[in-house]
Amino acid sequence: MKKMLGKIIASTRMKSPWILHFDCGSCNGCDIEVLACLTPVYDIERFGMVNVGNPMHADILLVTGTVNHRNKKVLTNLYDQMPAPKVVIAIGACGLSGGIFRDAYNVVGGVDRVIPVDVYVPGCPAKPEAIIDGAVLALKKFEVLRQQKLAV
Amino acid sequence: MQEAIQKTVQRTTIPFGPQHPVLPEPVHLKITVEDEIIKEVVPALGFVHRGLEKLIDIRDFHQMIQVVERVCGICSMIHAMCYVHGIEELMKIEVPPRAKYLRVIWSELHRIHSHLLWLGLFADSFGFESVFMQFWRIREKILNIDEATTGNRIIVSVNVVGGVRKDLSQDQMRWILDELDQIEQMTTQLESTLFEDYTVKKRTIGKGLLPSRQAVELGIVGPTLRASGVAQDMRQLGYAAFKELDFEPVTENNCDCWARCRVRYREVLQSIDLIRQAISKIPAGEINVKVKGRPQGEVITRVEQPRGELLYYIKANGSKNLDRLRIRTPTFANIPALFTMLPGMWLSDVPVIVLSIDPCISCTER
Repeated sequence: MKKMLGKIIASTRMKSPWILHFDCGSCNGCDIEVLACLTPVYDIERFGMVNVGNPMHADILLVTGTVNHRNKKVLTNLYDQMPAPKVVIAIGACGLSGGIFRDAYNVVGGVDRVIPVDVYVPGCPAKPEAIIDGAVLALKKFEVLRQQKLAV
Repeated sequence: MQEAIQKTVQRTTIPFGPQHPVLPEPVHLKITVEDEIIKEVVPALGFVHRGLEKLIDIRDFHQMIQVVERVCGICSMIHAMCYVHGIEELMKIEVPPRAKYLRVIWSELHRIHSHLLWLGLFADSFGFESVFMQFWRIREKILNIDEATTGNRIIVSVNVVGGVRKDLSQDQMRWILDELDQIEQMTTQLESTLFEDYTVKKRTIGKGLLPSRQAVELGIVGPTLRASGVAQDMRQLGYAAFKELDFEPVTENNCDCWARCRVRYREVLQSIDLIRQAISKIPAGEINVKVKGRPQGEVITRVEQPRGELLYYIKANGSKNLDRLRIRTPTFANIPALFTMLPGMWLSDVPVIVLSIDPCISCTER
């Protein structure tokens, strides 16, 4: 019974993961590309993905931009509030390594300095096609996480 | 009993942001309310501050073009244009006329895409999601033009010191004109929905009033100022090729959210007209000149961004790194408007009013 319930939950999560978008000090280039994914031309909703505002409802965290000394606390807060299993996608050159801003004085670096990152999407700004590809990779990650849990 | 309840609900402080469903960017507002009427607003900034101005120590003045483009991804081309104008003035470079017209074309394309983006987000702020989708569908056409002509969708990076990097062929210009016709037609189709719909009027008319006198005193710029009836537009200065093109600043006299929406809507059509004029008048010739030497001296340049007046102060000492770069963005100038608009309004109107000044936190904090 428990195994069956787990299977149902896992399959529904694969069919409809909810995403939370957090702008963590990016130049807005990647943010508007993330929003463009939701609009008719790219339409990420065909994978069942819905953009939600509440971290407690979210399965996937999309982070754009560099982490700075002020918002790293906000980022860890959001990550801690999300229920497991959760996947983090870092978007854009800034989210990966700090990008062009890595030498600036208020920049900590990429998102992985603060929270663990599962999928990296490169580009400055990352194209919607790349972001959708990253989101599909994140779905595969859920399957991996489930297998690991079963093995334990 | 009644008195006790009144005392407890007298003043409540509600945090708005930094992570909020309506705002795509992190800004924190401490809103003090009495019942549901706003009494006081205190913003807390600094969630996006990176310290870009200090990067002049590491990057030279050519590389800084790529850095200033990333002050704000939405209006990147206009930031670079303002910076490049300053450096060209310091080095006394005469830019070829064709390059000036090309700069006008790309900067107006950026204005259209920024305003369409805003119109969509504004509709979303009062829950009109289908209009949001429609405007963003139109906006994709502009991004297609950007991608086809420069190679990137958002950060186009066409400006170099002494001109532009890419040229437009005759075929491309003809195609741009065709696309603009379609964009104009699709945008005008949405006009009646956005300005005559009963629910939209209910949410926007009379909300966030900013009388023209107060707007001038607070130093408000851009569409927010023009919606209060002041005809001020930096394009009247005639930078790039604007002095050879014919246009009038768009103004509205209602001073509320509806007027701000109307100004931006009319500016989309105005920009389409400006691109048509620029394409019809564009001269043949070189698109950039060779640059020798290094800048020296200090200069202030101003251009019109989609959100208002953008000011760059550049101080150079003749070496490859600049001495000082100061960027004053329109969004920073428009934040004080919120203190006059918000008190006295309902808490549920906060997203609409905050979005009506077109906040871009990435610009504000750099």
